[in-house]
Amino acid sequence: MNVEFDFISVLEQWPILLTGVSWTLGLTAISTFLGVLSGLSLAWVRVKKFSALNTFIKVYVELIRNTPFIVQLFFIFFGLPQLGLRLSPEVSSLLAMTINLSAYSSEIIRAGIDSTPIGQIQAGKSLGLSEFSVFFNIILPPALFRVWPALVAQIIIVMLGSAVCGQISTEELSYAANLIQSRNFRGFESYIIAAVLYLVLAVVMRLLLNQVGKNLMFRGLLKNG
Amino acid sequence: MKKYFPLTKIIFKRLLAFTILGSLLNLFSIPVFAQNALETIQKTKTIKIAIPTDFPPYGFVGVDLQPQGLDVEMAQLIAQRLGVKVELVPVSSPNRVAYLQTKKVDLVISTLGRTVEREKVIDFTHSYAPYYQAVFGPKTSSIKSFNDLAGQTISTTRGSLEDTELTKLAPASAQIKRFEDNSSTVAAYVAGQVQLVATGASVAAAMAQKNPQLASEFKLLIKDSPCFIGVAKGEDALRMKVNEVITAAHKAGDLERLSQKWLSRSTGELPE
Repeated sequence: MNVEFDFISVLEQWPILLTGVSWTLGLTAISTFLGVLSGLSLAWVRVKKFSALNTFIKVYVELIRNTPFIVQLFFIFFGLPQLGLRLSPEVSSLLAMTINLSAYSSEIIRAGIDSTPIGQIQAGKSLGLSEFSVFFNIILPPALFRVWPALVAQIIIVMLGSAVCGQISTEELSYAANLIQSRNFRGFESYIIAAVLYLVLAVVMRLLLNQVGKNLMFRGLLKNG
Repeated sequence: MKKYFPLTKIIFKRLLAFTILGSLLNLFSIPVFAQNALETIQKTKTIKIAIPTDFPPYGFVGVDLQPQGLDVEMAQLIAQRLGVKVELVPVSSPNRVAYLQTKKVDLVISTLGRTVEREKVIDFTHSYAPYYQAVFGPKTSSIKSFNDLAGQTISTTRGSLEDTELTKLAPASAQIKRFEDNSSTVAAYVAGQVQLVATGASVAAAMAQKNPQLASEFKLLIKDSPCFIGVAKGEDALRMKVNEVITAAHKAGDLERLSQKWLSRSTGELPE
């Protein structure tokens, strides 16, 4: 068998690949920010035990965590227009990723908060700190630090999961690989290159986010004296 | 060296056996095909025609479970003109040429396009119906030329013939949204996520049939690839006869009627 590889004909299409990497990174960055922020709020509401909201959040979290991402994405892109809500492929992807990460991260962060020793909270309260201050300065930093690796893993999963957003014509990295493959029929080379790019993105993101996590801990320690 | 000798002998013997068996089979098959297809059709008063059943509006199964569509009516028309009964044989896109090569059918009327590769293995009659890839859109949009596509969003199926051609023809500011398959491409248009859709005639016709509220119509022709009837190599008598029927049907306006009925479009130029 004589196999010839032609990586050049794929790499020649670098503008498509670059657009792909940019969309993947951009979508992941924004959905990470919004998703973790909203996950944090949801976790806060759940530990505060506002009963009505709690049930609502529980349903939301179960709904998102027990259905495939692609179904959520298709529902937003192909389903919502029937109700008159038309979102562009990019906004649909962003919304789906944010909603998805929000559900997972709220559970991860809640686990961190729940594992905070009660004495630590009582100590904060006995110092006369406000409810707000106790949560943000005493409970949250060590809680986040404990669950940071899990949270980073979830963010990476969302980044890799964004690969299906190409199905609704968002021009992310897998869409780029598919497009190149359908133009020059170099399937092996296209997907190997896409895989390597994903790998690099994931490793770099993990390193960066781990660094952020470390800073978070020191900031927490400093603030907590 | 001795050890290998018997093995070579066995191989040689088997080869010889296969060759003899092969020639015997050939001997048997010759009498069957000695008579040409046209004579067999006229003698048995039946013609076997391969039609699609999964390709509306050319060939599909109706609510009464009977095959119908442009290709099916064309098959019936040819049988009628030849004065014989028609036996419809459902085939799929990948196996339709094989049905003809193995003489399981006399004709293939199955949206068959004429390509260089196919011409090596089968013969073609004149074309009988148009098939084309085009841009479709709502009646309200005033698209007249490819330049009018500037700033418009168009869905298409990635890697399809229409994707390749449209990418070349459309201006840079046209946004081509590429989807994985025809159903997603159509779904995006039906949901209003894109303004126009570029796809094959049959896909667009099925879409229009299922979604009359969209009032979609033909806008721009991307590429013409008309349908031909496939005949087995060497069946020139049959091919001539079918060509006569097609030419007559064209003159009588039957082909135009079929095209209007199933495709809502004129046949246009039908190459011979």
